[in-house]
Amino acid sequence: MWGEKNKIFMLKRWIERITPTDVVMWFIGGAILLLIFWGSTATLTAKTYTVYHWFDFIIFGLAQGSIYALIAMGYTMVYGILRMINFAHSEVFMSGPYTAYYVAAAFYSSGFLDQYPIFSLIMIFLVSMATSTLIAVLLERIAYRPLRTAPRLIPLITAIGASFFLQYTFRGFYGSGFQAYPVVKILEGEWALGEFRILKFQAVVIVAAAILMAALYTFVQRTRLGKAIRAVSEDKETSSLMGIDIDRMIVTTFVIGGMSAGAAGVLYALMFKQVHFFMGFIPGIKAFTAAVLGGIGNIPGAMLGGIFLGLVESVGPSLFLDGLGIVAPYQLKDAIAFIMLVLVLIFRPTGILGERLVVKKA
Amino acid sequence: MKRIFILSVVCAVALCLVAVSVPAQTKKEAFKYEDKIGVVKIKKGDPIHLACWMVVAGPDASLGTDTKRGVELAIEDKGGKILGFAVKLSVQDTGCNAEGGQAAATKLAADPTIVAAIGSNCSSEAKPGAPILWKAGIATVSPSNTAPFLTDPKRGPEYDGYLRTAHNDKVQGAVAAEYAFKQLKVKKAATIHDGSPYAEQLQAVFAETFKKLGGTVTAQEAVAPTDTDMRPVLTKIATGKPEIIYYPIFIAAGGHVTRQAKEVKGLEKTKLMSADGTFSPDFIKAAGDTAVGMYHSSPDFSAFGAGYKTFLEKHQKKYGEKPIAPFHAHGYDAAMIVFAAIEKVGKVAPDGTLHIGRKALRDALYATKNLKGLTGNLTCGETGDCADPMIAIYQMTAENVKKQVIPDKPIWSPAVAAPAKKK
Repeated sequence: MWGEKNKIFMLKRWIERITPTDVVMWFIGGAILLLIFWGSTATLTAKTYTVYHWFDFIIFGLAQGSIYALIAMGYTMVYGILRMINFAHSEVFMSGPYTAYYVAAAFYSSGFLDQYPIFSLIMIFLVSMATSTLIAVLLERIAYRPLRTAPRLIPLITAIGASFFLQYTFRGFYGSGFQAYPVVKILEGEWALGEFRILKFQAVVIVAAAILMAALYTFVQRTRLGKAIRAVSEDKETSSLMGIDIDRMIVTTFVIGGMSAGAAGVLYALMFKQVHFFMGFIPGIKAFTAAVLGGIGNIPGAMLGGIFLGLVESVGPSLFLDGLGIVAPYQLKDAIAFIMLVLVLIFRPTGILGERLVVKKA
Repeated sequence: MKRIFILSVVCAVALCLVAVSVPAQTKKEAFKYEDKIGVVKIKKGDPIHLACWMVVAGPDASLGTDTKRGVELAIEDKGGKILGFAVKLSVQDTGCNAEGGQAAATKLAADPTIVAAIGSNCSSEAKPGAPILWKAGIATVSPSNTAPFLTDPKRGPEYDGYLRTAHNDKVQGAVAAEYAFKQLKVKKAATIHDGSPYAEQLQAVFAETFKKLGGTVTAQEAVAPTDTDMRPVLTKIATGKPEIIYYPIFIAAGGHVTRQAKEVKGLEKTKLMSADGTFSPDFIKAAGDTAVGMYHSSPDFSAFGAGYKTFLEKHQKKYGEKPIAPFHAHGYDAAMIVFAAIEKVGKVAPDGTLHIGRKALRDALYATKNLKGLTGNLTCGETGDCADPMIAIYQMTAENVKKQVIPDKPIWSPAVAAPAKKK
């Protein structure tokens, strides 16, 4: 009885709160959904693609998405703790694999890579992660810490400036051209199960990303240090009163973000082979989108957002647009990804897993 | 009272100025040089300023560096001097995209000392850039823009100052399609472009010719130049089961397509063909071993003029390597026609100042006839096409990939295939 009354009351409140903007937004969202549904049905009934094609699309999407997810982690954690978008994170991502390329090339030309591939890969990963972590820590120490008490816009602009600075510094170090990662023989080829098949390195990328994300999540959720980080992101002053060293927690956050970006960088390089000083830009923007999509500040959200974005980019153009008879749909890959972002934000303004953040009185 | 005084002073000054300037004008009549747009005056001892707007940084830097070297060697061959004036060359990077082309052209347009420009490399740069330059009265000769639009009769008067020594892709696309259909004997083709005017128009010519010859085009897909994951789009292409994929795009994306095509089911045996935009050692670096066996349509080195051999020797001597893209000779020729035009219209005044009329220079460039260049006989048509287009097909061998050099001899060219045709 009481429950029902409450429900009616809630509904009333809710109706009162609706604004014309909401209605328009829902209308747009509904129209997009309808278009997606229509396109998908048309594509599926046309039967151009077999189930194996869809399987391939999904694997490609998962591999790309797990890289986005790893980078997104850095964005979302820094946002969680500092409430700022670290736009230089894409350069943290670039610095690792670009530096590790020289290690990889040296291994390759000496034949070491073919002889001890696993050991070489581990070394490449370590160098990349170390470089990215170093850059992330320096970034925090030099560019962000002095500005921590400044108004929010200032670190944001600083981040953009730091991003340019790092890009052109690395251009100065390694030149304006690009480098191509050597082929790792054990990662070539594919594993097949009947007609279903998966490229070896994509399996490695997906598995490695999954392990890293699981480790990270456990670290943040289960360890004392992780708990302290969560406490700082909840409320800095109170946690400092509780005896938590805030600076250390923030540095730890940057270390974790740098490590996952460095690892993501090598996975990216294994998948696409080319590295250059501008390589961080596009994946960075995509990962930022993924973080917002999942609910910025939320770690599982970033993972989910990244994988969702990767899948949409890979499956979306074929599934949604092919049936509508749109030519060259892959040119609209980015448009689809961003429309998905809009769609999610219309229905869930805080992102897929985002919670309404407590408004802090500044 | 004070006001009247000021007024009278102003009047007096004005009168004086008129009095001074009238005899000055009459004195100058001895040397008169007029131009509808403007005259560049170069004082004795100052250099003639030519500007390159080319892509010299980023993944496509090989394209711009190659043409720039062609221009530099042309200046060297000229002894570094035109009409007794030293030549100064400045370079602006264009980035192989519309924004970069626009920015570079705007920078050049703001510099009144520039006599003429050589560039751009990518057609996407020329589309916004050439009108900006011409608005400032600067004529530009491109060594490597190939998109048909740029010299189309319908291109509009804002492109009046634009010429090119590179071939028109109407020729390249047709040769590529002919080779695919008649020599490789494939019946089903797919194309990929990257939305740039060069790639889009070139693949369109290819597809059109291929259909006309009797083949089917299973897909005309598009990617973005910054895309890295080509596997989904290649999977989509694979559903049409093409026997050849023609992707006249640029190095970064082209490298990704080449590598990833081998990983996509149904495309393991599909032949790959790209075009002059990726015909570079940098592309071999990007694509690695997967480039072995693929085809490229590109200018025919073997049909180049007699001077080409000495050019290559000088190139090797100066830069310590073979040319790194297909348009060095076009760069050389572009510089040569600019030099010839300057020599034709430049007039030295008695005081030693060189006068070059902008409109006159443009007209002289367009009037270029039968100039013996490295790439053939250059005759600039009404719309600015100066090339004597010879396109051939090249194939990458394992040897090329190992040494990271582009093949220097084509495997097929229409000129050789039809020797009856007059050269």
